Amino acid sequence: MTHLDETSALIDRALSRRTASAPEIPDVLDWGNARALACKECGNETPLQPQHVCEFCFGPLEVVYDYDRIAATTSRERIAAGPPTIWRYADLLPAPNVEWVDIGAGWSRLIDAPRLAAELGLKKLWLKFEGTNPTHSFKDRVVTVALTAARAFGFKVAACASTGNLAGAVAAHAAASGMESVVFIPEGLEAGKVAAAAVYGGRLIAVKGSYDDVNRLCAELCGMKDDWAFVNVNVRPYYSEGSKTLGYEIAEQLGWRSPDAVIIPVASGSLLTKVKKGFGELHTVGLLDEAPHTAIHGAQADGCSPVARAFEEGADDFRPVKPDTIAKSLAIGNPADGYYALRDVRATGGTVTRIPEESVAEGMKLLARTEGIFTETAGGVTIATLEKLIREGAVTPDQETVALITGVGLKTIEALGEVGPSHAIAANVEAVDRLLEGTR
Amino acid sequence: MSVTVRIPTQLRAFTNGASEVEASGKTIGDLVAELGRRHPGITERIVDDTGALRRFVNIYLDEEDVRFLENLDTLVPEGAKVSIIPAVAGG
Repeated sequence: MTHLDETSALIDRALSRRTASAPEIPDVLDWGNARALACKECGNETPLQPQHVCEFCFGPLEVVYDYDRIAATTSRERIAAGPPTIWRYADLLPAPNVEWVDIGAGWSRLIDAPRLAAELGLKKLWLKFEGTNPTHSFKDRVVTVALTAARAFGFKVAACASTGNLAGAVAAHAAASGMESVVFIPEGLEAGKVAAAAVYGGRLIAVKGSYDDVNRLCAELCGMKDDWAFVNVNVRPYYSEGSKTLGYEIAEQLGWRSPDAVIIPVASGSLLTKVKKGFGELHTVGLLDEAPHTAIHGAQADGCSPVARAFEEGADDFRPVKPDTIAKSLAIGNPADGYYALRDVRATGGTVTRIPEESVAEGMKLLARTEGIFTETAGGVTIATLEKLIREGAVTPDQETVALITGVGLKTIEALGEVGPSHAIAANVEAVDRLLEGTR
Repeated sequence: MSVTVRIPTQLRAFTNGASEVEASGKTIGDLVAELGRRHPGITERIVDDTGALRRFVNIYLDEEDVRFLENLDTLVPEGAKVSIIPAVAGG
């Protein structure tokens, strides 16, 4: 028995369940306008199924659509009449003819941020704030699509490797849809993220090692657990499509146009590539009158910045790193979509930019102080990166800019260091007066 | 050096369904070449036309990604475990 077999058996015993065979895919499935999976590298097409890697070149598979059919049927009015969730864009998603696993992901606010804009020296800044999603991060978008696909394929177990936000999103969607969940996280995650995943009652397994180690374990387990839907492994082509709805929403909320610049935090790089894809698809199907002109900028913190470093060096691809960053949700040292993120930012005239670790908390505090929004570390990276881009002239004052604030700060309070009351006094009026006297 | 190589689901068609095979070689590159001799067609899936490791293929020597070592030139010690794993995105 190999080490991995032992691990797999250990997990089975812990879960009191035995690995079953892969579910049989119902032959009555209809995926709406999604027509196949295609390899991003070699273009080889395969039917819609739980598979994430091209059989021929190992390239990642993506859902492809019948854009002519979408263009003929979708409209701005049809979308506006849809639900206030990502499923308003069902015409542009892998949307099977089963009940969707939908707990309300998406349609987050696009917030006008004049005070932060003034502080940074921008004429117009919008914040796409994802903290209002059901589990308080953008990961609900990907999970609602992934588990809907998993349900359509007949899976009963939802699993994932996570840096924290995905863990909560998978556990919550699984709970609400009656699926079992098995979530793998690296040890040492922020207490808020662990609690926000554990509360839903699924299995939460801390693994000794980094996120990259956890991801590797899940990639191997995926070949052994035929009845599990690993949202970011075997149903990843569906999962990742959820992210492009951020691009759709930004465009719709701006009155069906794309902004001049977008700042996006980079972990695996998938979100960045999908926002670009989202803008492009809207134009392809006629929902945007003008071709998108948005400069897309990626944001990383120094302690895990393989994509930013490759961008600086002019390299086509990145070199993996061992992460050591306060921004744990971005701590992916071997980002699977890093290559595509580099290609996409260059194609749009954007950058991938890194900021010092100490700027992460400064970015979080700046956003809180100016706009009343408490973001997690990834949002701090985004705001600090925007500040740097403006300072260096890569984003100019007249560019209408959107910053993606992908999650809430309550999950990562450790990043702020010592925070607490600014004063402590006795419970009487005189004490307040003395304090105000002293601070006047 | 004879070592055990873990084969991902996507390549098991070349190994008659085996999830692990034995192979020998001084370096990871030698191992991959040896795998190709025993299981024709498998090498082309792991390395590209220039002989470099494909972008979306990760090879681990025990617990370490060979990209942190010497890539295909990494020496393979006796008794090591080698795993071939497709890259997957994160979250």
